[in-house]
Amino acid sequence: MSKLKSKIPEGPLAEKWTRHKNSVKLVNPANKAKLDIIVVGTGLSGASAISTLAELGYNIKAFCFQDSPRRAHSVAAQGGINAAKNYKNDGDSVFRLFNDILKGGDYRSREANVYRAAEVSNQTIDQLVAAGVPFAREYSGYLDNRSFGGVQVSRTFYAKGQTGQQCLLGAYSGMIRQIAKGKVTMYNRRDMLDLVIIDGKARGIITRNLVTGEIERHSAHAVVLASGGYGTIYYLSTLAVGSNATAAWAAHKKGAFFSNPSFVQIHPTSIPQLNDYQAKLTLMSESLRNDGRIWVPKKKGDKRHPVDIPKDERDYYLERRYPAFGNLVPRDVASRAAKERCDAGYGVGESGLSVYLDFSRAIERLGKKAIENKYGNLFEMYEKITGINPYNEPMRIYPAGHYTMGGLWVDYNLMTTIPGLFAIGESNFSDHGANRLGAGSLMQCAGDGYFILPVTIGDYLADEIKTPKISTDSSEFDKAEKESHDKLSKLMAVNGTQTVTSFHRRLGRIMWDLCGMVRNEKGLKKAMKEIASLREEFWKDVKIPGTIDEVNQELEKAVKVADFMELGKLMCQDAINRKESCGAHFREESQTPEGEAQRIDDEYSYVASWEYLGEGNDHALHQEKLAFDNVKMQERSYK
Amino acid sequence: MEIKLKIWRQKNATSEGTFIDYILTGVSEEMSFLEMLDFLNTTLIERGDEPVAFEHDCREGICGSCSLYINGRPHGPGNLVTTCELRMTRFKDGDNIVVEPWRAKSFPVIKDLIADRSAFDKIMEAGGFISVNTGSAPEANSIPIMKEASDEAFDAATCIGCGACVAACKNSSAMLFVAAKVSHLALLSQGRAESARRARAMVTKMDELGFGSCTNTGACEAECPKGISLAHIARLNREFLKAGIKS
Repeated sequence: MSKLKSKIPEGPLAEKWTRHKNSVKLVNPANKAKLDIIVVGTGLSGASAISTLAELGYNIKAFCFQDSPRRAHSVAAQGGINAAKNYKNDGDSVFRLFNDILKGGDYRSREANVYRAAEVSNQTIDQLVAAGVPFAREYSGYLDNRSFGGVQVSRTFYAKGQTGQQCLLGAYSGMIRQIAKGKVTMYNRRDMLDLVIIDGKARGIITRNLVTGEIERHSAHAVVLASGGYGTIYYLSTLAVGSNATAAWAAHKKGAFFSNPSFVQIHPTSIPQLNDYQAKLTLMSESLRNDGRIWVPKKKGDKRHPVDIPKDERDYYLERRYPAFGNLVPRDVASRAAKERCDAGYGVGESGLSVYLDFSRAIERLGKKAIENKYGNLFEMYEKITGINPYNEPMRIYPAGHYTMGGLWVDYNLMTTIPGLFAIGESNFSDHGANRLGAGSLMQCAGDGYFILPVTIGDYLADEIKTPKISTDSSEFDKAEKESHDKLSKLMAVNGTQTVTSFHRRLGRIMWDLCGMVRNEKGLKKAMKEIASLREEFWKDVKIPGTIDEVNQELEKAVKVADFMELGKLMCQDAINRKESCGAHFREESQTPEGEAQRIDDEYSYVASWEYLGEGNDHALHQEKLAFDNVKMQERSYK
Repeated sequence: MEIKLKIWRQKNATSEGTFIDYILTGVSEEMSFLEMLDFLNTTLIERGDEPVAFEHDCREGICGSCSLYINGRPHGPGNLVTTCELRMTRFKDGDNIVVEPWRAKSFPVIKDLIADRSAFDKIMEAGGFISVNTGSAPEANSIPIMKEASDEAFDAATCIGCGACVAACKNSSAMLFVAAKVSHLALLSQGRAESARRARAMVTKMDELGFGSCTNTGACEAECPKGISLAHIARLNREFLKAGIKS
């Protein structure tokens, strides 16, 4: 039934990765120098993979749409990066980190992959520190840790609220060192439009040069996608506005299965929408929930200024509902709880769509200086945007689309269903199940790029050492280039009346309302219908000024939105198929009497992987059953 | 409110540019500066004109993409903000706003308000790294680093590579950008071994790429959206001097 072979190594959980490393095929240094690898995306996973693969001797062609690889959106990760160092001696271990990720993901990820992610986390911290990442330190000179949502130990390494920036710049520095050595050729300002497959193997990509508009061909022995997630499908999200699904979607349409597309994390603490022109939502790091308390007034529609509302008239609803974890419940739980309060009429702010995040008690207890040390830049950022000083009054926050747990299906080697095509970081589905824990994204990205892919890709490339340089002069490249060109021409030819952004906003609204924090079958079916008609309208009436052969930012957006129209449909289809609630996927039809997510393990302990069967046809579902041999599946209670 | 915009329009790298005037009504105080430009672009597209090309991505002041020279200042009025963090509350009804790309020989204009800053990557390639291969790192806590040094390194490392320092400098010098990286890595014991060599390589590359010399006016520090201190230039000079003595 299933075409999906996960290739999980035999043996006890804790030994699988070691055994695998000992058994994968190796490529000798002379042969590595004959092999080319394309890496699309230069965020933390891409940059760490690029530097490491180049150090090993492979020739790398690296691509990003930004003007510099340093700007990839890992740069915006705020709170931290997890590792099982147990520096705090609080009982942490690789097993506990593994168990927390698995539980946090509501048992919808693979044991072996998650264990490996936890296992390499410690080495990742060593690597980043050696590369010069200035993580926070104690006065002793040793590294500091803090706690994060969904766990009861302190295992998060951080650099104020700019951990992602620092980690990315660390990986970027390793990568540019290899550019200088000539082992990496950097192609900035390129959008990947298509994947080229020759004799069943990924052998190249088609890109658009965003300066000249030229459609280009690039070939290699293997292709790695490190192209991030698709959270911008909601239009308003915490992602960079340029983030897109184009590379992953092109790969999907060429045969790479897409897994669990509906698993999207809605982050609980973002600055609420301020106006109708807004282009994105700004995240306030989850780390703020370490010291901030979330509340709404106990009285419906209480319009008093927050500092004038006495403590006993405040409903600290997370502490009330989840006494064991309080404000540190995982993101999905915190987001839904905020939505529940706001929908019930207790929300604050003009729109009633926000809740308070209050630091007054922490400031009383620890002093302003201590809070400034931990969160100074986040407080500044908040004040710049809202004009409100969070040292004096609570922040207002609301959930926002953030991270996509779903992504391209990969096996244990991080290879997709297309031989020679790999997916790492957020672009794959593998580690976070139905919900990602805070500080887990940087951990996975760096682990994939530094320590996992460089080993597993060798297993594939060992059989390619006799393959000469791949020529771009072939019918497969001709065809892919023509298809890319045709797609762009078709978009330009519509010459309608409505802007790309107006379509994106409307699509985002449908997704947010019907395939966001809470879903039900009726709504999802409605969403699919609405998306279909919006898509039709888009292809009839979108207006793209300018031409193909120049800088054309509207065309770039149009390519992205055209893909999102298709991906949005698949997300809804996936959400309809999964009739249970799990992690971030909350189906109203499947909840406990207390309103918590109700998994249906007997029926849905699988990875839903979707195969593209051509325009006009429905996707085919393939199930990869998940087995849990080392942990007992628990109800995910944070009470 | 209504604002009068004067925006640099340039078709591509080889064509001549010029200022074009736009009157934009219905601007809300709640918009960010870039949302105001989005709004202008929507208006332009709807009436059949070409939108203004400008660079942006994260829109939260961390990626360093945005790069507008607004009313004679990089990132516009206000301190410690990037263009994307600039809010329209800074402006009032009837204001004239002049918007230009970064102006520097080493940052040629690609289109409208987009300048090519790849020279920064070239400087980084010359030495903005610690030469450690993946796998050879020692246990992280085996390298204790004084908190003060680590904090100062962090401050230097918060540079977002936007290029405001170059745009602000009358000589288009990239000293603050180079200094931030040299200082960040020189302050950490992991980075000490290469610090003199790094300083020399990066400064040499900076000169080669046509950036001007530093005359310590401090304009860069004043306009840096991340508040990178001029003190890092002093540290760069020390490292550079050491490199000179050694060679």
